[in-house]
Amino acid sequence: MMQITCPHCGPRAQSEFIYERTVDSVVPLDAAPEQAMTALFSRANPRGVDEEIWRHTYGCRAWLIMTRHRVTNEISATRAVGPEALP
Amino acid sequence: MSGPTRDPKGATISFSFDGKTYKARAGDTLAAALLANGVGLVGRSFKYHRPRGIMTAGIEEPNALVTVGEGGRAEPNTRATDVFVYDGLIARSQNRWPSLSFDMGAVFSLAAPMLGAGFYYKTFFGSAKRWMFYEYFIRKAAGLGNAPTKADPDRFSQRAAFCDVLVVGAGPAGLQAALEQAEAGKRVILVEQDNILGASLIRDPQELDAAWAEAASARIRAAGGRILTRTTASGYWEHDLVTLTQRLSEPGEVPTNGVTQRLWHVRASQVILATGSIERPIAFAHNDRPGVMLSQATRTYVRRFGVLPGKRVVIATNNDDAYKTAHALQDAGAEIVAILDARPQFSDAAASAESAGLPVWTNAVPSSVSGARHCLSGVTAIVDGQSKNWKADLIAVSGGFTPVVHLHMQAGGTLDWNEAAQAFVPAVSRQNVTTIGGAANPDPVFPVTPVSNPKKSFIDFQNDVSLADVDLAWAEGYRSVEHLKRYTTLGMATDQGKLSNMAALGRLAEKQGVSIPEAGLTTFRPPYTPVSMGLIAGAGAKNAGAHVRRLALYDVHAAKNPIWQPLGYWFRPRAYPQGQETLAQAALREAKEVRTGVGMTDVSTLAKFEVSGPDAAAFLELICATTVSKLAVGRGRYTFMLREDGIAFDDGTVWRLDENRYLLTSSTGGADRMATHISYVRQYLCPQMKVSAVNVQEHYAGIAIAGPKAKAAMDALIKADSPRHMSTVPAEIAGVPVIVLAASYSGERAFEVYVEASHAASVWAACEAEVTAQGGCLYGLEAMEFLRIEKGHLVVGGEVDGRMTPMDLALDKMLNKAGGYIGATGLSRPALAEPGRRQLVGLEAIEGDIPEGAMLITRKGGSPHGHVSAAAFRILEGGSVALGQLKDGFSRHGEELIASSPTRGQEARVRVVHPHFYDTVGERYRD
Repeated sequence: MMQITCPHCGPRAQSEFIYERTVDSVVPLDAAPEQAMTALFSRANPRGVDEEIWRHTYGCRAWLIMTRHRVTNEISATRAVGPEALP
Repeated sequence: MSGPTRDPKGATISFSFDGKTYKARAGDTLAAALLANGVGLVGRSFKYHRPRGIMTAGIEEPNALVTVGEGGRAEPNTRATDVFVYDGLIARSQNRWPSLSFDMGAVFSLAAPMLGAGFYYKTFFGSAKRWMFYEYFIRKAAGLGNAPTKADPDRFSQRAAFCDVLVVGAGPAGLQAALEQAEAGKRVILVEQDNILGASLIRDPQELDAAWAEAASARIRAAGGRILTRTTASGYWEHDLVTLTQRLSEPGEVPTNGVTQRLWHVRASQVILATGSIERPIAFAHNDRPGVMLSQATRTYVRRFGVLPGKRVVIATNNDDAYKTAHALQDAGAEIVAILDARPQFSDAAASAESAGLPVWTNAVPSSVSGARHCLSGVTAIVDGQSKNWKADLIAVSGGFTPVVHLHMQAGGTLDWNEAAQAFVPAVSRQNVTTIGGAANPDPVFPVTPVSNPKKSFIDFQNDVSLADVDLAWAEGYRSVEHLKRYTTLGMATDQGKLSNMAALGRLAEKQGVSIPEAGLTTFRPPYTPVSMGLIAGAGAKNAGAHVRRLALYDVHAAKNPIWQPLGYWFRPRAYPQGQETLAQAALREAKEVRTGVGMTDVSTLAKFEVSGPDAAAFLELICATTVSKLAVGRGRYTFMLREDGIAFDDGTVWRLDENRYLLTSSTGGADRMATHISYVRQYLCPQMKVSAVNVQEHYAGIAIAGPKAKAAMDALIKADSPRHMSTVPAEIAGVPVIVLAASYSGERAFEVYVEASHAASVWAACEAEVTAQGGCLYGLEAMEFLRIEKGHLVVGGEVDGRMTPMDLALDKMLNKAGGYIGATGLSRPALAEPGRRQLVGLEAIEGDIPEGAMLITRKGGSPHGHVSAAAFRILEGGSVALGQLKDGFSRHGEELIASSPTRGQEARVRVVHPHFYDTVGERYRD
């Protein structure tokens, strides 16, 4: 079980979080059809570092983006998303 | 030397093995107690049913597997070396019939030439019938203990802990490390799988002894450290999380406080592994029989437990450590008949043993042993190329030491090859973990090449894998160590190859003509030792796992004693039977009342979201595939939601309560999924929108009132004219503010009343009084199902099953023409418009009742064209009707098909029709 640093709550056990999807699977609202199809059906799935979207369901319930190495599980960064993360 | 911890004059306790009662001393392991009572034969092997005794004194024991305890407390495959005897312990041997000493299964030993590596796979060749025949006997004959059939009466608990330093193993290295860290002010947890601290100090007291271990543990505790004995670090996970399995009572024992085992999740800043090493056996013929014991284990029995496992002992070794065993045995009064040292020269230890009068032979490797079922009688060895024999009742062997690197490897580390020790030692660590002591620096040894007949020279004792099996796998083309493992099942038993893996690697490397590190290693996976499933489930093992949410109106329903039905996280009334009514009778009566009078039901579990703010309509037009912005205040409409790929995943209604305030409802079962979807769109895709989307599912309780008399009832309840179909008004019932929506799932004129959950009971009571006054009744989910099927309304999880598009469900006319909703792009995929897709149809029985879940076929034996998603009866006229999904169904109305359910053994002839069986034009829900 990993230890994930929630941008709002600090380091917490993985059991408080839920994985949602990879960042490259996000279909932007203004995506062209080809871009949408790529996001939906041909994702990168790298053997290495990837950006993932998680949610702190048993904590503050906020969404976050995690940069994780998929082999070593090393988490190099987590950052907030949502209205509070807007510039 | 401090002497054996087993007090020979201490009080005795009694235990039984295979029905016979024996005496033991407090502190004995079951293995020590059996040896003290002269019990040599303890089990039968997995495949060949060979007689097996006690080989080790630790958790690596492959042979002495017994079932301990009775009823729900029985623990099969317990290592006799890893259970401490308590008064009244009951142990039984395994895999034997009718008895341990006379085992019919031993005939498999005669068939051994046919049961070599991969024999199981080879039975797959030929006809399936033959395999079924083999399988019966294989399953009957092979095996270990039987799983208990009764529930475990004891509890398993779980606990989380944090520390600066976790030290695994309380031998001299671990104790020293824990002491240093604790006295340096660190929060320390020290774990030891044994029930006393000291490990090798108990066996070999030197400058440090048991008294030092005692003093060190007192100092660790005084410095605030926590010491857990009878606790195994069983798994090393990500980010320095280590799981510990702690035994609070012995297998089969009644725990003092009801908790038998505890699982710890320890997150450590740093982990120190002082896990020591496991002694290796030597491969020679019949090396699996009772009377063959590892050297350090022999010494443990002599010194710790005061038990002499043999009187005439041969020692076989490739290192100096075994000489300590020779001296310990001699001190205890045993006769050392020969020390077989594989090394060509005398080491210092060998020379001093010889000068002390012990018969040392160099360049000597055992080739075979002989004996009866219960004991050993002789040893044969090759000494300088010549065969020699000795009479002996025990052979203590030491083939070197395998460092316990399991946790290091589970943490993602790498290994180095230590040539002097012929062993893998920890190299690079991926996590914050270091290995110290014997696990990092094993003793030097001399490599031994087996000189025996490979057929009876076992390397994996628990799975009966011999050197010949490795050779056979090699001959049949298995080159990779991972393939070798799976083909021979070597290292796949409950001991996970703790004794066998290095021997197999040695043989494989020899065949390949490479060094052992080049031959490769298999993966180390948790757990290090077997873990009870109950421990992983924890408190959830006793019904605490799934939470049940209570309806706000639970007590009101419970007082009416309904038939309950699980729905999502809830239980909802399925029907309210009167008198002796069956479920079907009650549901039909309730449905008829809705069709002809009035009925009411609890719809509180529907998903509900309040969406407000200047961007509320724009936000809802992303979530919903229908138009929302054109909705006037006080109006509502049916809607559905699409996944990004264009498939429908939920449906419901959307209501404009105010200028910038909407209520969205959707299905009960999909409530969590919808909440996540809404949250994702709001937080991730549209953080800039000025909108608030709040989950009000349990804030509001919901009551539906439906039937031709529903309007009269509602007019009376709100003391005003009820809203017309698909309109909403704020109102008051029984003095409580409510939202009244006019919407119909049943097909009749109907209303939904939403009330703050804490006031639901008084509103329900007022509604029930009015409905009763109108001659109506309560209805449950079963009646609701009858009503909606007859009306052709969809249910999420039934017709909306994650494969259907709005076109397939004939909802495409309602799609927002402007697009822009989530799923619009996915829906434009050309494949979704191609012919051959399954489409929503109605089915009417021509003959028989339509079975739910049946496949739709055109002829017997044909392939399915679709299936029945929901089946019911016409409420007033009778007759079986159903909704289904049928390939190109829209163009097949009128066609006759067979609805066949082979699993239920039911069949009906059906006609494909329009899915609305009732009030096709939709007049009944309008005024």
